[in-house]
Amino acid sequence: MEALLAEGISKRYTNHLALDRINLSIPQQTIFGLLGPNGAGKTTLIRIINQIINADEGKISIFGERLQEKHIGTIGYLPEERGLYKKLKVGDQLVYLAQLKGLSRKDAIEKSKTWIRKFDIAGWWNKKVEDLSKGMAQKVQFISTVMHEPRLIILDEPFSGFDPVNAQLITQEILELKQKGCTIIFSTHRMETVEDLCDDIALIHQAKVILEGSKNQIKKRFRTNTYTVEHRGALHSSDKFDLISQENLEDTFYQSIIRMKQPTNPNLLIRDLIELTEVHSFIEKVPGMSEIFISLVKGENHE
Amino acid sequence: MNKIWLIVQREFLNRVQKKSFLIATIMLPLIFPALMAILVYVAIEQKKNATKDIVYYIDESGTFSPDTSKFIFKKFEGSITDAKQAFQEDHSYGLLHIPAFDLENPHGITLYTKVNPSPNEIGDLEGILENRVRELKMAKLNISQKVLDDIKTDISLRTINVSEEGDEQTSNSRILFGIGMACGIMMYMFIFIYGAQIMQGVIEEKTSKVVEVIISSVRPFQLMMGKILGLASVGLLQFLIWIILITTLSSVVLGFFGLDMPQDQMMNEMSQQYPDAQVQNPASIEMLTAISEVPFGYLIFNFLFYFLGGYLLYGALFAAVGSAVDSPAEAQQFMFPITIPMLIAYFGLFTFILDDPHGPVSVWLSVIPFTSPIAMMGRIGFGVPVWQLILSMVCLIGGFIFTTWVAARIYRVGILMHGTKINYKVMARWFMMRG
Repeated sequence: MEALLAEGISKRYTNHLALDRINLSIPQQTIFGLLGPNGAGKTTLIRIINQIINADEGKISIFGERLQEKHIGTIGYLPEERGLYKKLKVGDQLVYLAQLKGLSRKDAIEKSKTWIRKFDIAGWWNKKVEDLSKGMAQKVQFISTVMHEPRLIILDEPFSGFDPVNAQLITQEILELKQKGCTIIFSTHRMETVEDLCDDIALIHQAKVILEGSKNQIKKRFRTNTYTVEHRGALHSSDKFDLISQENLEDTFYQSIIRMKQPTNPNLLIRDLIELTEVHSFIEKVPGMSEIFISLVKGENHE
Repeated sequence: MNKIWLIVQREFLNRVQKKSFLIATIMLPLIFPALMAILVYVAIEQKKNATKDIVYYIDESGTFSPDTSKFIFKKFEGSITDAKQAFQEDHSYGLLHIPAFDLENPHGITLYTKVNPSPNEIGDLEGILENRVRELKMAKLNISQKVLDDIKTDISLRTINVSEEGDEQTSNSRILFGIGMACGIMMYMFIFIYGAQIMQGVIEEKTSKVVEVIISSVRPFQLMMGKILGLASVGLLQFLIWIILITTLSSVVLGFFGLDMPQDQMMNEMSQQYPDAQVQNPASIEMLTAISEVPFGYLIFNFLFYFLGGYLLYGALFAAVGSAVDSPAEAQQFMFPITIPMLIAYFGLFTFILDDPHGPVSVWLSVIPFTSPIAMMGRIGFGVPVWQLILSMVCLIGGFIFTTWVAARIYRVGILMHGTKINYKVMARWFMMRG
């Protein structure tokens, strides 16, 4: 059973199609990266999942059930456009937001107290949000997203505006939540986040999903049979591989990037190399998500 | 429903816990009686301590006999040129030059002053001279003061409303006029003040960007209604506190300065004016019965109903405007069409409704939901037929359901839009947009 299953979701605005028959399947207890350039339709999809707007067509299921009003408490949402009531005290704010998510007042107070102790900010309970620094407010915002223990957490550009220390803290929290069984959807165009955290990804471009799957599989699919070799003694292209670049590290040590002419077993390549040079290291050069992203999006644009 | 209630509570607490609410609610009723008391006090003190102005006079007619109740008159013997010089050097107020004049056609009497005289003082002096001339004329015509008093008669029309049931009710249009005007103006102010607060609140939520977090938990409609109803409850609370504070404080403060509530004051004034006619004088009795017969409970009930109805009707529109814009400055242009029906009702109040509360324009203004809160409050004191009242109330309820529906459709789209250029066409498109 998937945490989220979207089938044929379409959404049309007056003068453009925001989502065009989107299909997505997000497995449970994974961190899912929802990628795509600005205006691709990510926010629209997220708003549909959050029942802020309705899809024109298609069906969304959450943990096997058709999406409906009661799922509001199942989802925790940190929008990209986020904020808090400036004049409201941190404590009141957290309790209010949790109550809106369906918690009782007693539970809401208890949970918010637990969380602010966990984040070491218990002293802020009676402070107004407008008196907090931006980073502090971000912590409060994050707490408000997860305190009602949602099983599905949707984070839209979660690290924008976080300093590295807080970003680290949030990253740890996210991993911990995943351990506890939560499913997390990241919407971002920060590829390092995707590289570090995501298990699965989907790339939305011009209202369509153009790539979906587990991060490792996708990377394999986009492998270019390129390898980084460190070796003693210079190397030249052969009939088996092309030498793309070569750099002298020190004395007779070199680092070369080579690409196989015919995709075969890397062992065969090593065998060839051993005969040509003294091999010190041999690593497959796997494409970064960033490269895949750019090549796909650019490629689409050229069509 | 439960969530609307949560939002209502939050909005209510947010406003009520603010210092500005406390200040506005407690201070306003304190300030009014305090100001009143200070003004009355100063006026009394001034009257008590006022020194009479000295007026020199040259009487060439030989007829002037000074009435010294308001001025100190000093006769100046000598020529007018000397007098002009003399009064300049003195602390006197002015110089009155009375040349010989014809009783039938008195003119040429001149007042010289150092500063521009006030209309009051001129009036007083004229009064003194006119009285003297009248006395002289009466003497000439052989009329005694007693004859004059005997001729004078006071007639005051008693007006009674006869209702269909045959009940007779004393009415006094002047009091009803006052009540109608006060209620109408208050309604106008209340709707505006609270409507603007709704708009302010919506804009705040939008600019602080908390709105998307909220509407992932509640429907936009719930958020809008919660805010509108929350503020309504604040308004009602404030209204209630004001009624209580103003009535108690006014009586306490005025009592302290030896004055009574307006009603009693009026009676006192009358008994002073007609010391021997306190009971018989029909005007004073009329006034008192009219005031005592003003149905304050009925008035307050209707005021609350029309306040709530008008507030809900306009509040929804204010919320829609707030949702569409990014700043209060941007909201100005959209406020205009909302303001127009309010202004029509407001000016209608003074031109039609209070003058002719049962005329066709007045009736229509008090039935159409956009103008009825103000217009009906203007009419209500004069007695409104039950069918008109019910029709008006039903229209108002229908009206606010309609505006709320329209506003909600704009609101749900507007709150998510940032930095878009808004005009009526865009709003119409939002309105048409499907969920």
